[in-house]
Amino acid sequence: MAEFLVGAAAFILGMVALGLLRILRGPGDADRIMSAQLVGTGGIAAVLLLGTATGEAATVDIALTLALLAAFAAFAFVKAKLAQTPGESRAADSQ
Amino acid sequence: MSLFLDLWTVVAVVAGAFFFFAGTVGLLRFPDSLTRLHALTKADNLGLGLVVLGLLPQMDSVAAGLKLLCIWLLVLLSGATSSQWIARSLREGGSES
Repeated sequence: MAEFLVGAAAFILGMVALGLLRILRGPGDADRIMSAQLVGTGGIAAVLLLGTATGEAATVDIALTLALLAAFAAFAFVKAKLAQTPGESRAADSQ
Repeated sequence: MSLFLDLWTVVAVVAGAFFFFAGTVGLLRFPDSLTRLHALTKADNLGLGLVVLGLLPQMDSVAAGLKLLCIWLLVLLSGATSSQWIARSLREGGSES
């Protein structure tokens, strides 16, 4: 069972690495942060699989930290992005 | 019983890995940012959910399984919220991306 779980983790990490190509290609900042979100979700899955394969209970806490970091990264991105375009959000809402 | 649980783990983890594959293909191949956001947030959260469901029978205790489910719930909540915010920033950012 452990071999299968490690193999699945490797496959998911490969998918995450392929998704990172989107950071190179862009074209916008939002596409790049989406790629970072993929690292968050895929990283959690890979860490959980590896933790179960090795029987290491602490990896669940690592996955929890990754989940929090991915959420904070997305919110920080949106906050910075919306701060660049002041006033437009109010105008768009009132239309 | 143990064989059945292992079979469940294999089936669910393979299905989860397939959804990660689908999410990556969507992120790379879809034509614009909003469709890519759609592919990423749906497929990957479902993939993680299937992986978590597959790992549940391998856990030692009920508490460890509940912790796994809590991680999935956190990812679902933050993913749903942040995808709405990213879509909002895309809409207000105009056609630059």
